[in-house]
Amino acid sequence: MENAFTIAAYVVAAVLFILSLGGLSGQESAKRAVWYGIVGMALAVVATLIGPGAGLWWLSLVLIAAGAAIGIQLAQRVQMTQMPELVAAMHSLVGLAAVFVGFNADFEINRVAGMDEAAIAALTGFADLVAKKTPVEITILQVELSLGIWIGAVTFTGSVIAYGKLAGRVDTAAKQLPGGHLLNAAAAAGSIAMLALYLGGAGSWTLFLMALLAFFIGYHLIMGIGGADMPVVVSMLNSYSGWAAAAIGFSLSNDLLIVVGALVGSSGAILSYIMCKAMNRSFISVILGGFGGPQGAQAAVEGEMVATGVDEVAQSLDEADSVVIVPGYGMAVAQAQNNVAELTRRLRAKGKEVRFAIHPVAGRLPGHMNVLLAEAKVPYDIVLEMDEINDDFPETDVVIVIGSNDIVNPAAQDDPNSPIAGMPVLEVWKAKQVFVSKRGQGTGYSGIENPLFFKENTRMFYGDAKKSLDDLLTRVS
Amino acid sequence: MKIGSPREVMEGERRVAMTPDSARQLQKLGHECYVEAGAGVPAGFTDDAYAEAGVTVVDGATALFEAVDAVAKVRPPTEAEIDMLRAGQTLISFFYPASNEDLMKRAADRGATVLAMDMVPRISRAQKMDALSSMANIAGYRAVLEAGNEFGRFFTGQVTAAGKVPPAKVLVVGAGVAGLAAIGAATSLGAITYAFDVRPEVAEQIESMGAEFVYLDFEEETQDGAATGGYAAPSSPEFREKQLEKFRELAPDVDIVITTALIPNRPAPVLWTKDMVEAMKPGSVIVDLAAERGGNCELTEKDARVVTDNDVTILGYTDLNSRMATQSSTLYATNVRHLVTDLTPEKDGAIVHDMEDDVIRGATIAHAGEVTFPPPPPKVQAIAAQPKKEKAKELTPEEKRAQEIAAFRKQTINQVALLGGGAVAVLAVGAVPGMPASFMQHFIVFVLAVFVGFQVIWNVAHSLHTPLMAVTNAISSIIILGALMQIGSGSFLVTILAAIAVFMAGINIFGGFLVTRRMLAMFQKS
Repeated sequence: MENAFTIAAYVVAAVLFILSLGGLSGQESAKRAVWYGIVGMALAVVATLIGPGAGLWWLSLVLIAAGAAIGIQLAQRVQMTQMPELVAAMHSLVGLAAVFVGFNADFEINRVAGMDEAAIAALTGFADLVAKKTPVEITILQVELSLGIWIGAVTFTGSVIAYGKLAGRVDTAAKQLPGGHLLNAAAAAGSIAMLALYLGGAGSWTLFLMALLAFFIGYHLIMGIGGADMPVVVSMLNSYSGWAAAAIGFSLSNDLLIVVGALVGSSGAILSYIMCKAMNRSFISVILGGFGGPQGAQAAVEGEMVATGVDEVAQSLDEADSVVIVPGYGMAVAQAQNNVAELTRRLRAKGKEVRFAIHPVAGRLPGHMNVLLAEAKVPYDIVLEMDEINDDFPETDVVIVIGSNDIVNPAAQDDPNSPIAGMPVLEVWKAKQVFVSKRGQGTGYSGIENPLFFKENTRMFYGDAKKSLDDLLTRVS
Repeated sequence: MKIGSPREVMEGERRVAMTPDSARQLQKLGHECYVEAGAGVPAGFTDDAYAEAGVTVVDGATALFEAVDAVAKVRPPTEAEIDMLRAGQTLISFFYPASNEDLMKRAADRGATVLAMDMVPRISRAQKMDALSSMANIAGYRAVLEAGNEFGRFFTGQVTAAGKVPPAKVLVVGAGVAGLAAIGAATSLGAITYAFDVRPEVAEQIESMGAEFVYLDFEEETQDGAATGGYAAPSSPEFREKQLEKFRELAPDVDIVITTALIPNRPAPVLWTKDMVEAMKPGSVIVDLAAERGGNCELTEKDARVVTDNDVTILGYTDLNSRMATQSSTLYATNVRHLVTDLTPEKDGAIVHDMEDDVIRGATIAHAGEVTFPPPPPKVQAIAAQPKKEKAKELTPEEKRAQEIAAFRKQTINQVALLGGGAVAVLAVGAVPGMPASFMQHFIVFVLAVFVGFQVIWNVAHSLHTPLMAVTNAISSIIILGALMQIGSGSFLVTILAAIAVFMAGINIFGGFLVTRRMLAMFQKS
């Protein structure tokens, strides 16, 4: 079905895609890398359109143009704080597309099977390819497309729920229907049964049922995962959308789909792994939802939270030489990144050393904080990773924690019974003075008490992060 | 024994090596005291006061030198004074033997014993006779007063009804005794004081005096003053450059600079260059306590007050001690008295010159016709050497090698295990009966792509994980190819589904890439 030119174009596109991912190793090369990806995608689409097997190219172009119009709108309108939602939403599109393509393949198989010799000879494109397959190949094809549909369906509902949670439209707490993981297991078993029936020639309805079960799994799985674990969920869904594309590539015998699907799949898998490692949790425990119950009584927190006012914060900043800012999801929620950036600029203008400490799971997306700070024009060379800055806290005069909680929780190191025991955290409490900007006295997403707030060198700076920083900016000139 | 002090012959020198008070103490040790007539007058001690204390007042230096067994004076002796010494006579004074070798030789030739006050070793026991410290202390204090005299403003910041007065900024270079005294005086007058020294261990002392230590960002192993008896040693050219750079940065900001940097037995290092003086504000004052040895400031003139074109006053006075002659004499005379105390262990007026004693041996530069300078290193280290920072245990090359081999072996085992497992899995797929070759071809592509993906993604910068997600999301809409191939199918239902898929993937392609570009464009370097 593919002529030599299309295959050649695919090879070039595959190389471009690999380069486009590889280029993300540095901020500067990344800017170039995106263009590799864009060119690769254009090449792949054009080659497919002019290659044999494609029909209705005018309709395709119109549809792509319409999609482009919406996509461009979305991309330009989206706030950087909404990036996690957008990424999740777009994963759902890929998932659904994979489901549709998978069903189409099934329909084609059925159609071809019902044809006579003459009709088969007249077939073109995908149908022609199907027609030439041996019965064994057809079975394999059916397995592949079922996999594609199944993964695509899980990705679709999962991403929709993830989007809902990230956008605040669905309750972010971990919720499961009665039966919990048993339901998931039952649905998975049902899917396998449907697959067996389908392969046995029971007809397309089994495929529909399987897709429905997969939809349910996607929904129920992600509903059961709390908001704090969203970075893992989003990268996991990213990975799934890749595997779905790869499965579809198998069923369509399209190597480019396979290559790109595998690239995306492994990328998402690695990201999930990195996130899990940053939280010192296993992938399984994240997927199964919620934090594991504490193994014993958590150490009681002694001391009291001391509230402070904007004047004291301003004065301490004025006297400090080195300041480290630890942003978290609270900063994103309050849209405070521009105020933070302005504060940084003013402090830097006074000759103070201001740096940012970014925990790998700060925010709701891997690297979320970096993007927000970049948007606010904070130079990326003062934005440091946990490992780069953790040793510097003892020499730091003032640490400002803005809307983060678990990632600065000393209990992770001190209290073996803490649910987050062993999770690497930013050791802000070693600094001379810590200010925590926080909305109230609550415990945040994970519901874990944070001894940092009770330490002697910690002062609580209550209030909405944006408002607090606005006040602070009037005092720091 | 008879101990006497002549009048200092050097011009401008107002100190005297014996005061009525110290004479009384010396007499308690069994010594007879003599003083040249008028010797104490510039310092405020009349001949009558001496006579009252039981001191014999003698007219003229020659008569004094003849009368006494030991001469105590302040300044190094002149040649004429050396020539008045006789064999067996003892001279106690500042001497600076390293720069006065001829004099020292001459004194030794005459058979005199010379104890140089500046050679008293810096050990705890000898602190009471450390005249350098007591003089430096006064000089540092006086330097601030001299600077204040020239400086047209308050030291302390004030808000008065007549307006706001900014505090003076004082920079003290060299935090030895003089420097620390200057810091103390300047801060107690209310100035904002900064201090610099090449020995980082004095930072604590500086801060204890209320000044701010000016840190240099320098990687080299910094000086440990303990090795040189608490004095500074010459620094490397790179360090010096860094130091000058820092001073250049400070120059426009400070009002008063007090330089006290001296390296034993060397000319004073030039630390405040011409361009720094030029960068200073008009009305600023520099007091160069190192003027006697060439000065730390390039424009310093010894014993002179220089006003530069940009109205910076540079004081190169070397007589700061003489300007406080009473205080200086009291302290110096006490230092001398303590040295004599050590020389007369029995308190019976008989001097025992014990060359085994660290302090006496160190101070003695000529004895029994021999030059005894330089002294051997004292048996007691002046200051405990700073404990070297605990270094991570150096591994021997063999150990390192062994470690590397072990790590390499472990890596190899891991890799081989993974490869083996992967290969077996792939082979197992291929070995399934009836597995068509066409599938295996795609399977190979798939496995290779996963492999490439793993290799590439590990290198992605952490801060770019969000763009990575956006870009992988965009390229995962490659699923559009499948839809494009199906859209031309004869079946209406297939066409519809494929069309929807194309549309959705279209959104994704453009949305994903544009968002990524937007994000990446925001990343900027400072």
